[in-house]
Amino acid sequence: MMASGYNAKEEDGHHSGAPGNGGAGAVKSKKPDNTAFKQQRLPAWQPILTAGTVLPAFFVIGLIFIPIGIGLFVTSNNIKEFEIDYTGIEASSPCYNCAQNYSWNSTSSCTCKVPFTLEQPFESNVFMYYGLSNFYQNHRRYVKSRDDSQLNGDLTSLKSPSKECDPYRTSDGLPIAPCGAIANSLFNDTLELYHLSNGTRTAVVLMKKGIAWWTDKHVKFRNPGGNDNLTLAFQGTSKPVNWKTPVFELDPNDPDNNGFINEDFIVWMRTAALPTFRKLYRIIQKKVDAPTLASGKYELEVSYNYPVRSFDGRKRVILSTISWMGGKNPFLGIAYITVGSVCFFLAVVLLIIHHKYDNRCSSADIPN
Amino acid sequence: MSQRQRADSTGSLGPDDEVMPYSDDETDDELDASSEGEPEEPPEHQPGAQPPVDTRASDLGWSVKSNDRAYHQLPEFQRKVFLFIKKSKYSGNGIKTYKYNALTFIPLNLFEQFKRVANLYFLGLLILQIIPAITTLPWYTTLVPLVLVLTITAVKDLADDLARHRMDKEINNRKTEVLLDGGFQETKWMDMQVGDVVRLKKNDFVPADILMLSSSNPNSLCYVETAELDGETNLKFKFALKITDEKLQQEHQLAQFEAMIDCEEPNNRLDKFTGTMQWSRHSYPVDLDNILLRGCKIRNTDVCHGLVIFAGADTKIMRNGGKTRFKRTTIDILMNYMVYAIFALLILVALGLAIGHGFWYKHIGSLAWYLYDGKTYGSLYRGFLSFWGYIIVLNTMVPISLYVSVEIIRLGQSKFINWDLQMYYAEKDTPAKARTTTLNEQLGQIEYIFTDKTGTLTQNIMAFKKCNIGGKTYGNPMTAKGVPLDRGKPVDFGWNPYADPKFEFMDHSLVACIRSQQDQETLEFFKLLSLCHTVMVEHKEGELVYQAASPDEGALVTAARNFGFVFLNRTQDTITIKELDHEATYQVLALLDFNSDRKRMSVILKFPDGRIRLYCKGADTVIYERLSPHSLHQETTQTSLDIFANETLRTLCLCYKDISQAEWDAWSRKHTAASIATRDRDAALDQVYEQIENDLLMIGASAIEDKLQDGVPEAIANLAKADIKIWVLTGDKKETAENIGFSCQLLTDNMKIHYGEDVNEKLRVRQALRRNVAPTFGNKKKPAEPFFPEAGKNALVITGGWLNEILYEKKKKRRRLRLRRLGRRTLPASPTDGQPINDFEKEMRQVDFVDMACECEAVICCRVTPKQKANVVSLVKKYKKAVTLSIGDGANDVNMIKTADIGVGISGQEGMQAVMSSDYAFAQFRYLERLLLVHGRWSYIRMCKFLRYFFFKNFAFTLVHFWFSFFNGFSAQVAYEDWFITLYNVCYSSFPVLLVGLMDQDVNDKLSLKFPKLYIPGQKGELFNFKKFFISLFHGIFVSLIIFFIPYGAFLQTMGQDGEAPSDYQSFAVVTASSLIITVNLQISLETSYWTFVNCFAVLCSMAIYFGIMFDIHSAGIHVIFPAYFTFTGTASNALRQPYLWLTIILTVGISLLPVICLQFLSATIWPSVGDKVQRNRKKYEMEAEEEKRPPTFQRGGGSRRSGYAFSHSRGYADLISSGRSIRRRPTVAGGARNSIREGENI
Repeated sequence: MMASGYNAKEEDGHHSGAPGNGGAGAVKSKKPDNTAFKQQRLPAWQPILTAGTVLPAFFVIGLIFIPIGIGLFVTSNNIKEFEIDYTGIEASSPCYNCAQNYSWNSTSSCTCKVPFTLEQPFESNVFMYYGLSNFYQNHRRYVKSRDDSQLNGDLTSLKSPSKECDPYRTSDGLPIAPCGAIANSLFNDTLELYHLSNGTRTAVVLMKKGIAWWTDKHVKFRNPGGNDNLTLAFQGTSKPVNWKTPVFELDPNDPDNNGFINEDFIVWMRTAALPTFRKLYRIIQKKVDAPTLASGKYELEVSYNYPVRSFDGRKRVILSTISWMGGKNPFLGIAYITVGSVCFFLAVVLLIIHHKYDNRCSSADIPN
Repeated sequence: MSQRQRADSTGSLGPDDEVMPYSDDETDDELDASSEGEPEEPPEHQPGAQPPVDTRASDLGWSVKSNDRAYHQLPEFQRKVFLFIKKSKYSGNGIKTYKYNALTFIPLNLFEQFKRVANLYFLGLLILQIIPAITTLPWYTTLVPLVLVLTITAVKDLADDLARHRMDKEINNRKTEVLLDGGFQETKWMDMQVGDVVRLKKNDFVPADILMLSSSNPNSLCYVETAELDGETNLKFKFALKITDEKLQQEHQLAQFEAMIDCEEPNNRLDKFTGTMQWSRHSYPVDLDNILLRGCKIRNTDVCHGLVIFAGADTKIMRNGGKTRFKRTTIDILMNYMVYAIFALLILVALGLAIGHGFWYKHIGSLAWYLYDGKTYGSLYRGFLSFWGYIIVLNTMVPISLYVSVEIIRLGQSKFINWDLQMYYAEKDTPAKARTTTLNEQLGQIEYIFTDKTGTLTQNIMAFKKCNIGGKTYGNPMTAKGVPLDRGKPVDFGWNPYADPKFEFMDHSLVACIRSQQDQETLEFFKLLSLCHTVMVEHKEGELVYQAASPDEGALVTAARNFGFVFLNRTQDTITIKELDHEATYQVLALLDFNSDRKRMSVILKFPDGRIRLYCKGADTVIYERLSPHSLHQETTQTSLDIFANETLRTLCLCYKDISQAEWDAWSRKHTAASIATRDRDAALDQVYEQIENDLLMIGASAIEDKLQDGVPEAIANLAKADIKIWVLTGDKKETAENIGFSCQLLTDNMKIHYGEDVNEKLRVRQALRRNVAPTFGNKKKPAEPFFPEAGKNALVITGGWLNEILYEKKKKRRRLRLRRLGRRTLPASPTDGQPINDFEKEMRQVDFVDMACECEAVICCRVTPKQKANVVSLVKKYKKAVTLSIGDGANDVNMIKTADIGVGISGQEGMQAVMSSDYAFAQFRYLERLLLVHGRWSYIRMCKFLRYFFFKNFAFTLVHFWFSFFNGFSAQVAYEDWFITLYNVCYSSFPVLLVGLMDQDVNDKLSLKFPKLYIPGQKGELFNFKKFFISLFHGIFVSLIIFFIPYGAFLQTMGQDGEAPSDYQSFAVVTASSLIITVNLQISLETSYWTFVNCFAVLCSMAIYFGIMFDIHSAGIHVIFPAYFTFTGTASNALRQPYLWLTIILTVGISLLPVICLQFLSATIWPSVGDKVQRNRKKYEMEAEEEKRPPTFQRGGGSRRSGYAFSHSRGYADLISSGRSIRRRPTVAGGARNSIREGENI
């Protein structure tokens, strides 16, 4: 029970009488106003931490946190997730050769095929991610190295990008579009998924749209000069140094996914918080009758373009289903359960301590 | 001088006890400057020493020529001011206290503000942020708060300066008549110049230091009121030189007056002036009696003329103002140290992270092709850049808004003090006033109070309360028939046309007794009172106005007047009184004046019928020795004297003696001979007086109450319970001071009172002891044994003369002076064991003295000079490191008010000097209780809470960057959005804590007053110190850790509920920021103990504003307009619609808060403080407080036998009355008499 109460409006101090000079209002008195605010007696609630409030609070928090934790944990465990590392560090890895031979200058792409088996079928929509490790997308200089005006379709910025983009601002005297280190380091591996069943190799249909935030696609990123003719719009600009194709050829088949509003590009441009991160790559739409991905053998075909060995990075592909709370992550569930249990435990300890020491406080003799 | 000699010869306490040892009123600053040029030392107390003021030619560097303005502009008086600009050394009479004018305000104010380290730091930071290589935060993150801070401070300074402008203007434009072009013309004060002849009228303020030339009074006397200077309300008189009095009465004479005054340079000594006047080839000495000082008020004098000697800044009062010391609170000092500690921490952390970046770059960063920035810097240089980058990122650890928030809180506290109705004194319409807004929380830490007596503890009103006539005591409430009454009804003096309506007396029987004219002794009693005094009378519009040298005497004569014996008139040798129904004129044969050794005064009168009678009044101790063995009523009078003394009334014995003509003739011859003696005339006179004042017959005793201010004993008792020590420092005499000590319960009968010799003995023993064990230097920390091992309370009553020994040579600055003196003179010869022989021992003796004094419950220092008052305060400040408060009402308290950590002035009185130099001013001493126990305590608690929380909140905020660094390659990437960093301190987190700083109350004012023990944590500085600071620091670190790592765990490998960009930087920033805002706002809610709707509103508003602003900044619209500045488009809406992130936020907040709640609860349960206990049982106590009234008034008396004599009386005007001014012409004699009147021994 909170020890609380409202301060009754106290009677005035003992000098309530007006100074005896002159009639009412004749002489301006310096007497301060008798208002609750000025006399510092605004009605107030004065809570203090007592056993009556703290102990139940801890019990209740424990009671609430533990079920949440269990719920989270169970949900997280029900999510199916499959992860393959295709960096090609070990010699046994199918992509070993690609990883060894890769250089930015090579014109032909290196392709490698990574087989894997799903033990369980994946129901509902399956999301396909690529994951990078030891990749500092949150480095200060890297994060800054972009021009949001340019990406928003601003024509002046298109021709003269922001200084922040250095050293990826211009190349051969032409402004780079999109400028900056983030755009320059766009993830350019192509991943394709094949289902191997009974010797046949069927491609799994991967949706490449709907992977970016709506706001990003429709507000933050806009092609310059409308979407009519991108080649024209980007005339007079140069492609980023590391890119093989200019920006207006990112997805030549779909004008709604080309240029700055290419969703792969948008996803990449939304920088990650931590050096190990995943980015959504494709969505596998659920099927009506069968599991989206039936259990069985699969093959991942990678066109290996993106070098990570130089900085000890790793590349992964993750297939995952999704629940109301997102992907698989047991951390939060465990944390909730732990905190809830600690609360319970503390409540018991505090109860004991309270019983032992309570008389100290209620023995209200204050030496005076 | 002769007076001093006498005091020594009577062998009282070692050094002279009665006379103020010296009264140089130099402030310390000036001591510094003048110690070289002024080899003059405080006068010694050697018998027959030369007067301290010796007029050497070198002193007289100031010459003033009358009626000649051009003279003072002559080149030889020019002084170089700046480069080639020269100015006359004579100041004009205008004063300037303001700092800025319209042009200089902005540059000067900015300059002043950037003198503050914090502001300069942020300016430096701003410059760093502009350098592209290291800028990690955009410029606006620093500029916005800095501009806000500078503006708020500038506005406050502007308001202050405008007030000063107004004050100056008001004073400078006052008008006085100045003799210009042969006639008097109205002139503004600011246009007056040195050498001008001025005419002052009755009730004018004296505009400058002026040499008096003549006045409309006979002998060119002039009465002045010096309340502005020293707070004394009784009048002083000044007079013109005889020659100017005779020759300069008319305007044309004044116009032709051409004289040259040579005198000392301007200085601050109010009690000293030497000079000579050269006029028509004659030279006349001029001293302080001829000088009207600026700030005095002309009284009872229609017109007076004078010559301006010092103007404006040269006047003594202006010189006395001294530099106002810049006072800082302990919290301020502590806070600065903490800011330095944070600086150090900041540099350390930045250094560590910079090194981290260097290594990271070498091993990882340089290999990452995607981070290529086209520059070829090495890892070392990159580390260096990163260092500055981190200095910028982590700058919020040093809270920019700290200083300005502290200022705002203090301003608010001051306002609350100004608004407090219970510190408003209705009678004088005086509210309390906090004159400084920087010291409030120090009010909660006071350990020592130094208080003046007159006008502070007492009202300086003497009331005739009781009397004993012929063995019968009058004064208790009584009806005319002698039946005791419970409650007094004042006697109606309507029958007496001369009665003073303000006089109150409760005993009707005394009036009945007088009116019946039955009891001869009663009539004699009042006749004595109306005849034996030195009061001057003035008839003003048909009213009698008495001018008494002391309020005691005024009270006695007024009492006689009301009882029908009205003192009407006096001439040089007669006194006319009205005895009930007829007037009678008595011839005054001799007036044997009062002085502090004689402790009595007598008058020898020749009655109209030829009888000669001596009337005498004086201290009981003195009178009883001289009573005739046949005198009646000795026993009964003694009994009632004891009763009076126990009631702390001030008593005087009244007696008479009939003298035969022959006896008179014989004595008269001796008297005449003595009064023209050239050597030791005072001593000779005293001896002659002694011969006639014997065989006295007792009439009775009077008892005067030195009225205490209301509630003083209660306030003192309550303050004492709060462990505050109270020292009374007074210029008054020992008896008076002790008397007041008893009446205000500072001294009680169960205390052992120690006097000077006693203390000396103890100090000597301690000193000798130390000398014996001196070689062992190792154990410094040995706790000193108490000086008073015996159980029981002790009190110390010491005098200024004695104190001088302790304070003597206190300052190192004076050492050089002393050395010089040593060459001239041998040391005072008393090398007895225990006398200090070198500086170290002197200092140790000071330490001993302070230790001893602090063991006592009460300390009373009497007969101390203003300088000594200040020295005592600084002694305690220095050796006890304690927070001190001085309270006083007069100019003699100014020095101590300025010296103490907090100075309080009693306002609403005549004098304004104390108030002008004080930090707080109110009308009654008892308000001090409320100021300290309520406002001080609240302010302290609020400020501590505020600071603790403020440091916490910035640590929790900033250190998240630190943890984030480990995951972003130490690249100085921030963990939040830039706009959030900009607005965090300004908008999102400061209002609730500001409100706590302004309005929080752990217990209400009534309980604060009821439990003075609640004050003690403040004195010990328990609520904010380095320990608390580090706790705040660790709390901040803990919370930042949680705020970073819980979202980190949650973000490590998850994705959103719709699978989209799951763990991007921007969502992460939003989650940490939201967790932080909710955590700090809930944390302040936990700290708030007084929840008003405003607090509630502020907490909710802060969070609402945060979310509101965030959603705005993240909205599509603003991105389209400024795509480069608002880059978080859509983050808030995308992130915060995920239940998973909300669960993360809730968990983060929960883990941040739960341990705090747990610890708070545990500490309140296991180690409850007094405050906790009171809070727990608040309701009960409030109920109790409601029921019980104020505790019953203190009982007085306990049966001790001590003399109640205390007559705050100086030598009266007897010389003036009986001998005109002839005596005063002789300088040797004048010394003693003048001093006593001027210094007014009843300060």
